[in-house]
Amino acid sequence: MADNDKSPGLLTGGQVTRREVLKKGLVAGAGLTVLPTVIAACGSTAATAEPTQAPGATPTPVPSQGALSGNVSLGSNLSDAVPKKALQDAIDLFTTANPDVNVKINTVDHSTFQDTITNYLQSTPDDTLTWFSGYRMRAFVSQGLFTPMDDVWANISSNYTDAYKTACTADDGKMYMVPWATYAWTVYYRKDVWADKGYAIPTTLDEMKTLAAKMKADGLVPIGLGDKDGWPAMGHFDIINLRENGYQFHVDLMAGKVKWTDPAVKKVFTVWKDLLPFYESGSAGRVWQDAAKNLVAKRTGMMLQPQVAETFTAAGDADYAQLAMFPWPHHGTEWDAEEALDAPIDGFMISANSPTLAADLANAKALMQHLSTGEAQGLAAKANPANIACANDTDTSGYTDLQKAQVAVLAKAQKLTQFLDRDTKPEFAGPNGMQAFLIDFLQKPDQDLDSFLGKIQTFWDSLD
Amino acid sequence: MADREMNDAAPAQLALASTAGAAVDSDVPSRRRFSLPLRRAPRRRRFSLLTRRDKLVLALMVGIPLAFDLVFIWLPCFATMGLSFTDWKGYGAINFVGLEEYEKVWSYPFFEPALIHNAIWLAWLACIATPLGILVAVILDGNLRGSRVYQTIFYLPVVLSLAVIGLIWQLLYAPDVGNGFINSFLDALGQMPISLPLPDMSHTDWLGDGNINLFACLVAASWRHVGYICILYLAGLKSVDPQLREAAAIDGATSRQTFFRVVFPVMRPINVIIVVITAIEALRAFDIVYIVNRGRNGLELLSALVTNNALSEANRVGFGSAIAVVLLLISIIPIVTFLVWQAREDLE
Repeated sequence: MADNDKSPGLLTGGQVTRREVLKKGLVAGAGLTVLPTVIAACGSTAATAEPTQAPGATPTPVPSQGALSGNVSLGSNLSDAVPKKALQDAIDLFTTANPDVNVKINTVDHSTFQDTITNYLQSTPDDTLTWFSGYRMRAFVSQGLFTPMDDVWANISSNYTDAYKTACTADDGKMYMVPWATYAWTVYYRKDVWADKGYAIPTTLDEMKTLAAKMKADGLVPIGLGDKDGWPAMGHFDIINLRENGYQFHVDLMAGKVKWTDPAVKKVFTVWKDLLPFYESGSAGRVWQDAAKNLVAKRTGMMLQPQVAETFTAAGDADYAQLAMFPWPHHGTEWDAEEALDAPIDGFMISANSPTLAADLANAKALMQHLSTGEAQGLAAKANPANIACANDTDTSGYTDLQKAQVAVLAKAQKLTQFLDRDTKPEFAGPNGMQAFLIDFLQKPDQDLDSFLGKIQTFWDSLD
Repeated sequence: MADREMNDAAPAQLALASTAGAAVDSDVPSRRRFSLPLRRAPRRRRFSLLTRRDKLVLALMVGIPLAFDLVFIWLPCFATMGLSFTDWKGYGAINFVGLEEYEKVWSYPFFEPALIHNAIWLAWLACIATPLGILVAVILDGNLRGSRVYQTIFYLPVVLSLAVIGLIWQLLYAPDVGNGFINSFLDALGQMPISLPLPDMSHTDWLGDGNINLFACLVAASWRHVGYICILYLAGLKSVDPQLREAAAIDGATSRQTFFRVVFPVMRPINVIIVVITAIEALRAFDIVYIVNRGRNGLELLSALVTNNALSEANRVGFGSAIAVVLLLISIIPIVTFLVWQAREDLE
């Protein structure tokens, strides 16, 4: 069990390994942040499977339920038992409504799925497959490896907020993904500890620092961090950048339109540096699960993470009942109003090279439409309380308090980003890239920031 | 990754080659009888000791491994070389870009640390782990009570893959007291009534601190390497003619003198294999650092850079291949050295 490689899961029920998430992300990188403008160079040659289909095509091509027959295959990376079962249940709903359609799910271990995704998409993929939003989605779309589904979206768009629509749109302006599940990066804490010590939820950065100082005096580690896998620190950078410089700046930075040497980026690191004395030491050698355990054990005061529910559940119901969260505080900038945060989205896409796609396309689109319903997504959200459903019409009455809190935070957010490694070039975000740079910063916060950022920009420039 | 596979295969091939060489050295005349027909006697009627069936068996025995060797080692190897001159990203067109990727490798901020770390890895294995393995072998070779038990203990880690070893040692190295064994132990030391004249190291971030994590990994790697070398050397020691030792003892040599003046020189073929294996182990080092943190933050190694670029989500196949070729070229040095030595030895 490569525990160190675990990251909070989406679809996979909290068992997605970091690599996958990375890949996913990367793969998708663009996601929410998809810039209409982006690197249009390759976009222009995009060999889309259905060149005739104009974006935003008129609704309909999706036949009404029950009238379908034939086959459709679904390549799934939901290899862990819980999310796998949830998907199966959702598919069963579909086949009950469409008894003449035979849905074949090919489940592949999620690591393998990610490692072989390039080959898979180029050879003989399934008709439809699980996906994750972001930069790599755009890259693959521009290679013509996915089929757009604007017609599906014409039917379902009322069920999603604009943030999701943006996340599912590629460079060519067409829609390629149906969102399935998401989660938000927020600050987690223990209610009992906070009540005991009389801590209040900080709404500004200054309040957070005051609180952290108080926690330190009380013998707690104020801000927990386990960055051994390299990605948790990225979430910290994301949220500070979003608060300091706003969504558009962050997205532009990720896309390389703004340079890392920009004074605004330096500001982020300066602000971050002031927080570091409150961080858990030795973060580079600690996996996030161990940092979460310190939160369970009341050694840590709070922790910014996509989710720690898994660790709390493992500790027992009593501990889980104490788990609560709040969004990262305001920084007193004009960007606070955006309430932006990282909320990676997983979903489903239709491949382009599937040998059976021509025959199965109508079924594939009907399946996509089915998976976009709150009815189907509710099953997954219920099975894996670390995630929440994306569809507006999901029945949230069965949500746990944490899920409800996530929904509230996401509803307030004007802008959503995926996550650093999903929003930028995969090769830039990897272990020999931003992960290494951020660890370097965490370990040597007093280094010359100009040369530090210069190094990052040089690295970016060396990529093509 | 072609070069890694090659490295894997190399020791075995080398070992074969060298034992064959040793055999030829020791009893040349008797071996002649079995040699294949010689060119020197063209007028003699073609005569073969081998039946048709023998030939078929031989052809299969040589041909099948050769085919595997070509397909799984040389083909990827040359494909890697070819790709290193392109900027291929795993999909789309393959563009030939000449030496551009090599220039990028040169300016890659993680390349120089990786080279240095590989060199440190080599130095550590060569100067600490390998001599330690030899020492253990020599000690076990003596008439030690329970020598089998010790052998088992030292050899046990060799059975584990380096990836598993990485996982085991990560548990030991975990930074939090109460979680990681080593730091908990150091903390317990500090709690003892008698205060030791030691600094409190119980909060050392063994795998996270970029200044020490390489050595933490080296300790873990040595745990296995010592056993590996020990077994190889022990096998060699057992094959040393006991009469040599007896003669040395009769001449009044101390056990130290016996080892350095008699046994060690006789063991020359094994010694060379050990040197080559050590070099190759250092160059192919990968598993532990990849398990620990995928080769960043003080643990950059060439092999990890190859993986992180060519085989990961980064998809920089051309760039990763260029690093792989650099690694291959470096790997060739010990192999060529060995072959040259071998050839010279055969001539004498």
